[in-house]
Amino acid sequence: MDLRFSAQDERFRTTAREWLEDNLSGGFAELRGRGGPGDEHADVHGRQAWEQTMAAAGWTCLAWPTKYGGQELSLAQQMIFNEEYARARAPGRVGHIGEHLLGPTLIAFGSDDQRARFLPAIASAEALWCQGYSEPNAGSDLANVQTRAVLDGDRWVITGQKTWTSLAHHADWCFAMCRTDTDAPKHKGLSYLLVPMHQDGIDIRPIEQLTRTSEFNEVFFDGARAAKADVVGGINNGWRIAMATLGFERGASTLGQQMGFKNELDAIIAIAKDDGAIDDPLIRQRLADAWMGLRIMRLNALRMLAAAGADGSLGREALITKLHWATWHQNLGKLAMDVLGDDAEVLAGAPYDLGQLQTMFLFSRSDTIYAGSNEIQRNIIAERGLGLPR
Amino acid sequence: MNFAFTEQQGELARNARRFLQKHSATEAVRRAMETERGYDPALWQDIAELGWPAVIIDEAYDGIGLGYVELVALMEEMGRALVCAPFFSSVCLAANALLLAGDEAQKRCWLPGIAAGTTTGTLAVAGDIAATRSAEGYSLSGSVTGVIDGHSADVIVVSDGVELYVVPGDAPGVQRDVLPTMDQTRRRARLVFDAVAVAEDHKLAAGSGALPRILDRACIALAAEQVGGAERCLDMAVDYAKTRTQFGRPIGSFQAIKHKCADMLVQVESARSAAYWAGWCAATDDAELALAAPLAKATCSAAYFHCAAEAIQIHGGVGFTWECDAQLFFKRARASEQLFGAPAAHRDALATRLGW
Repeated sequence: MDLRFSAQDERFRTTAREWLEDNLSGGFAELRGRGGPGDEHADVHGRQAWEQTMAAAGWTCLAWPTKYGGQELSLAQQMIFNEEYARARAPGRVGHIGEHLLGPTLIAFGSDDQRARFLPAIASAEALWCQGYSEPNAGSDLANVQTRAVLDGDRWVITGQKTWTSLAHHADWCFAMCRTDTDAPKHKGLSYLLVPMHQDGIDIRPIEQLTRTSEFNEVFFDGARAAKADVVGGINNGWRIAMATLGFERGASTLGQQMGFKNELDAIIAIAKDDGAIDDPLIRQRLADAWMGLRIMRLNALRMLAAAGADGSLGREALITKLHWATWHQNLGKLAMDVLGDDAEVLAGAPYDLGQLQTMFLFSRSDTIYAGSNEIQRNIIAERGLGLPR
Repeated sequence: MNFAFTEQQGELARNARRFLQKHSATEAVRRAMETERGYDPALWQDIAELGWPAVIIDEAYDGIGLGYVELVALMEEMGRALVCAPFFSSVCLAANALLLAGDEAQKRCWLPGIAAGTTTGTLAVAGDIAATRSAEGYSLSGSVTGVIDGHSADVIVVSDGVELYVVPGDAPGVQRDVLPTMDQTRRRARLVFDAVAVAEDHKLAAGSGALPRILDRACIALAAEQVGGAERCLDMAVDYAKTRTQFGRPIGSFQAIKHKCADMLVQVESARSAAYWAGWCAATDDAELALAAPLAKATCSAAYFHCAAEAIQIHGGVGFTWECDAQLFFKRARASEQLFGAPAAHRDALATRLGW
């Protein structure tokens, strides 16, 4: 057991930290702290330009094999980069859906042609992707997807509705789960299609959230087209591919996120010290509890790294990650409000100009819902982690 | 960076688990807890022969000079098996006190016996002991209650709030009474000192100022024990949920039960991360040891109590019986949660140590 990073990894950390410090300057300086949860609509073009700068310097696609334009870094170095990225308050990533979700999926299941056509533009941060999974009647019951795709010559014709689609209005492409066989059992009739977003037949409507901002969208497909060849992993094999993508979403790409949470916790502690709330015995207990939970999140991540297979596959420790961080972060949102007390009620401006902690408090209600609700996470832990019967 | 046991550390843990499954099954625990001594001397001798009490003691004092990570591995297994033995009191309390507060001669005097398991020890703090100078050294009077294995320890490290003294358990003037306790798997005693004579060289070199560091290390060991106990509760609950049927289905197929078990796993794995980190800090004298110890004790205490309580709930009416082992773990969980500070006290200590 050794909790020190190797000298080589520490050098990597220094290099990453210095590069971020040097480059998050000039026009990019104002992106610091922007684009996180609840702020994903902030300056998307500026953030994409930032990611193109990162790409040119070799700081994107850290996990991908070099032959696909990635950096092929170890899990430890990926975690270190994520930590430094958050420490620098670098902006929320607009390309993460392509880089962390679709990219690994194409590398594992895509055809050579698909990899050649799609991976370079993700690695260079030129193409933005969105994820077409959820529908009004397919949330936790994802396999209940109703959006239809019908083959018409060399084209798929797509009709239906997706929802909760992040960044749909900025995305160039969507990977969408569509029903391609209505007679098959519900898990067996789905295909994973790559659909261009800039076309007639796609209508995007923002969803106004309880934050009164709109990061998520409804996407309506009315005769939208996709190339016949752009099915990933074979026709009617979409469930397996979609589950693999979810595995990437819950996996290594979350390592290091706790550094971003640390920025939030530090801000709350500073306020509590300033206004004396830290001397309130109950607030003091809760702040200590939050500090402990955050440290444990990092320790859990480090244990996950140690237990990971050589292929990057993750063990039982990985199953608890989402439930743990989502619950912790939501509690932090409430704690922030309790530290601020009645002052938290007043907004920065009309009609609904939320401050950072107000945004965090409200937006964190979604933490325990998206990417597998807490209830679904508990099912997964119980069935896959503990072997309880379905 | 490798936050996992090494091959040797893993082997130590696996061997300990196999040994304890055989020699400290709950039938054996129930027999031992009914005895006046509170443990089976034959099991303690076996444990001593395995070298466990020597694990954190340097070779210079006849120990085997492994480290705190190995101690954590062993404590986790002893917690899982709910072992009745004077290990925590002798090694995690007395040996730690001697290692951190004793001078060379004092370590040479007592540590070899503790390492061999032939001397048992404990630590008596938070009483009203008062020391006065005497011709030969010191005279101690007063009482301390709740002393772990205080009835049977060969040597007792006693604090008067200023200094630490080593007193033989059978010294003239020491009266020791076993206290009947809710948790019968760990004996507690009330000690009354009536002008007990202590030689000059039995006053430890460092005084009670060393107590926070001694107790930090004791808490880390206790936290590891709690991880093992908590995981055993989870395992018992999951096994029962897979086999017990109601409404024609295993109860483990109901989400109400699944979600309880999932929450228990989150707590067990988080507690393990906390205890292992704290163990590593103790092994390397890391600067964050003072943060890791209260974090581990608060986290693991809460996890153990939660898992033990849920184990009873998942067992239903069966869990409420004397016969069901869940009650044994539940009582140990409650007792160890309070020992050396309840979670709230540790959170407060953590806040203070963070400079809040």
